[in-house]
This record gives sequence, structure tokens and C-alpha cells, in this order.
Amino acid sequence: MGFKDYCFRKSLWVFHFGGASCNNCDIEILDCLTPRYDIERFGMVLVGSIRHADVLLVNGSINQKDKIRLLELYSQAPKPILVVAIGACGCTGGIFAEGNTFAGPVDKIIPVDAYVPGCPPKPEAIIGGIVRLIEKTKKATRDEAT
Amino acid sequence: MKSEPSTMNKIIPIGPYHPLQEEPELFKLYCEGEIVKDIKWETGYNHRGIEKLSESKTFDQVFFLVERVCGICSTSHPFAFANCMEEIADIEVPDRAKYIRSIIGELERIHSHLLWLGLAGHFLGYNTVFMWVWKYREPVLDLFEMITGNRNSYAMFKIGGVRRDIENSKIPKIKETLDFLKKKIDMLVGAIMDDPVIHARTKGVGILTQEDIINYAAVGPTARASGVEIDVRHDDPYAAYPLVNWKVITAKGGDVFAKTEVRLLEILESIYIIEQCLEGLKKENEGDIEVLVKEIPEGVGTGRAEAPRGEVFHFVKTDGSNYPVRHKIRAPSYVNIATFRKACIGQTISDATISLAAVDPCYCCTERMACAYDLHTGERILDGKGLIDLSQHVTDTLIKL
Repeated sequence: MGFKDYCFRKSLWVFHFGGASCNNCDIEILDCLTPRYDIERFGMVLVGSIRHADVLLVNGSINQKDKIRLLELYSQAPKPILVVAIGACGCTGGIFAEGNTFAGPVDKIIPVDAYVPGCPPKPEAIIGGIVRLIEKTKKATRDEAT
Repeated sequence: MKSEPSTMNKIIPIGPYHPLQEEPELFKLYCEGEIVKDIKWETGYNHRGIEKLSESKTFDQVFFLVERVCGICSTSHPFAFANCMEEIADIEVPDRAKYIRSIIGELERIHSHLLWLGLAGHFLGYNTVFMWVWKYREPVLDLFEMITGNRNSYAMFKIGGVRRDIENSKIPKIKETLDFLKKKIDMLVGAIMDDPVIHARTKGVGILTQEDIINYAAVGPTARASGVEIDVRHDDPYAAYPLVNWKVITAKGGDVFAKTEVRLLEILESIYIIEQCLEGLKKENEGDIEVLVKEIPEGVGTGRAEAPRGEVFHFVKTDGSNYPVRHKIRAPSYVNIATFRKACIGQTISDATISLAAVDPCYCCTERMACAYDLHTGERILDGKGLIDLSQHVTDTLIKL
């Protein structure tokens, strides 16, 4: 078992960065915590500081003001960190990509490990995305070992 | 007298990426000990340039754009825009479309108020309320998914009507869910109104008097909780609201508890409105949901709609082409956020957070351009001209791609 695998084996702690979004994805992320979806049963919790986090969730298009903060947050994050872009805006910029304050989709600013498209993605899709991400990390570490 | 900065004066930042908030915004609380002496709000983290984007989209596309001004009140903006465009083109919408519009608008009010109630519990550190209320918010979202195909952004509105019909075969299912919700909301009303913890944390906190509301021009449940009877649905009737029987909910206190009370009772009132609209739907012919709109004449129009947070105001200027020349949006939080100064100053820090949350502020609606000033020269770094240059630069790079 590699070190990366060991880190991501159990409960993932998640830090949520809401960029210039319309709030829909933020609400659906919060919805994952509530009784119907209850993502905490997998050990995932939202944490208040990036320094405690294993996963950085980014949603919304990133504007000029957010870009500096996102870069700073990413530099403060303990590595390895998984970055997940949520929603159409996080993945591509969505409907706001032509806006005058748009500073590029998330993957132009920091490396992204998983994309969850949708406007907004359903909570099931977000959970599904994270599950796929964990599988991907496990597979990558297995490949490294062999 | 201006107090000198001392070690007793502390600035407590809330945000911009605070675990308590789901949106990015920055509050600076200037505190002396436990007491908040001043408050400043910094914006710009959520700016997307919607009004400018709107000028580059056709009228049909603008609906999808204004829907994404705010994800929580994502019907009220298309609602106001539709009212606005129908004023310009002088269109009368069929009754069935009016009923459907009102049903969507009221369902949204239910889910938005439940969302606020849960978050208010979360702000108080009372996570039981958060979990319970959000559990009963899910059936509303299921209804949305059944009617419109999406949980949050519904894409139901168009100029001259609605995009999808609510077939009569779906009405029993909607009624069943509403009956279930009514029981649960009754239970929540009882549980929250009698809870000693909620009483202790919200009564007498963040009081806004009737005078304050008028001075700050606050709207929506914030105003209604202080006894000001202001509601666009009542004052400037649109859609099916004149066709159904309902009343404006007000409360006296003006504190956080009164705002909770107004929102809870409004949920029950919304269920009552939807039930009447469903009865109205049965009388109309299925499929009669839109009128044909050939062109939009030159002119200016204003449209208003009552969002869950208050009055949404849209202004559009057209020149006979397919695109708006100017599109101005004013969301309710824009005026409600100003009341923070009245509600928070003089409170303790722990009460300030719930006072901030009490007006149900929506920052993605309110977001305005923020200008940066150079600290040393006092020069404006990014102004209107700078923004236009930036916009042209972005367009140039897009063309080259």
C-alpha cells in the first residue's frame, strides 16, 4: 500500500470552496450532508480549514478576485490533495464563461482530479463522483506498486 | 469622538470562505470585547457580470441566464423578467400558464424558507433543526423534479407562457406530497415556536423597528416581520395571485423570532395557494400554456416579482432587435443587507451571526462590482473603463481560440 492510498483509505475530509457561483451547487453539496444522502456515513465531513482537508471541492466559475484566493488556498493545502470541480461552471465556466470577470475554469488554475458536471449536479452525482475518484486513486497507487 | 485603535478593538473576519456560509462573502466585525461596534461588508467574490452578459444573449436565452443569478430563488428572476418583457410587448398570458407560474413560484418559496430555517438552526449551533428541516425539504425538490425535470434550475418560463405543462394526471401526486408536507410543517411550527433554546437565542435579538424598515427600504419577510405589510403579490398583482384567495403574513416583533414566525406561516400560506391553483388548473384546458410571440417592440419595461426574500426588480430596454440593450436587476438582498448595521451593532458576536442570517441574505443575487483603490496613491485600479477594456480583451482571446 502506497502512502497516497493510505491517506485516502478512510474518512476524507472535505473543504468547500465556492467560487463565483449561483449557489445551486453549494446547496446541493450541503444537501449531501443531510439525512436523505448522509455522506457522513462514509466518514466525509466538511471542515473549516484547508489545512485539515484531503479533498478540495471547487464549484462556480472563478473570477479575478477568486483566482488569487484559490491559488493561495491550494498552496496552503497539505499534499497530496484531491481537487474536485463541481458543476458546469467548475468544469468549463458554464454560462458565465463569457463574462468580463471570468478568470478561467478551475483546471486552468489548479490541477483537477475529478469533474462532476451538471447544472447543478444531483447529490447522487456528487457522491458518485467522489466514489469514482477514490477508486481511481486506489488504482493509480496499485499500478505504481506493480 | 473617534476612538483610538487600541488592543481592545479587534476586527473579527467572517469569511470569505467560512465553514458557516455556503457563499463567499466577507464581513468585518469591529469588536470591543464581546460587543460588535461596527460592521463592514466586502463584496466581489461572487461577481459574474450578469447584466453585461445579458446584453449578449437573445431574449429566450436570457431566461436561462437570469435563472442562474441565484440558485435558491431561481424562479423569481425569470418571473420578474417575464413580467417585464410581457409589459414591453403587451402580452396577456393564458390562465393555465398563470396558474403554473404561481405553483412554481410558491413551491420555490416553500423550499427556500425551509432552507433558511435549516441554515438558521445551523447558525445557532442547533444542528437538529438543520437536519430535520432539510429532510422535509427533499419532497419539495422531488416535486420539482417531477414537474420540471430538475431539482433546482427549472427552466419553466418563456415570454408568453411556460415551457412545460403540469398534466392533470400529476395533480393527485402533488396534492399527496403537499398533505404530507402540511403535517410536517405543523409539527415544525409547534416544535420551533415552543423550543426554549430557540426562544432564548432569537427573542429580542437583531430587532428592526417599523421605522428602520422604512428608512432602509427593506422588503420581503424582513419587512413583514416588523409589521410592514409589503408584498408585491398583493400590491402589484401578477400571475395567478389575484385569482386565488390568500393573505399577507405579518408579525410584530421585528426580531429574529418574528422573522422565523413569518417564514413558517408563509410556508403554510404557500401550500394553501398551491392547492387553489391546482383546483384552477383542472378548469383550464390541458396544453393551453402559451401565446405565440412574434417580435418584441422597441421600448422599456419593468417587471416585479415577490421572491422568497422580497421584491425582485428587473428593468429592460429593447430596441426592436433580438437582444436587450440594457438589463438592470435589483435583488431583494441588495436593500436588506443594509439593515445589518441596525441589527448587528451593539449585539454580542454570537448574536451577530444569527442577526446576519436572519434577513436570509443572498449574496449571489446582490453581487455588485467592487473597485480596488491603490493604498498609497488613492487611485482607482479597476473602474468602468478598465472593465470594458478587460471585457474586450477577453472577447479578443475568445475569438482567437
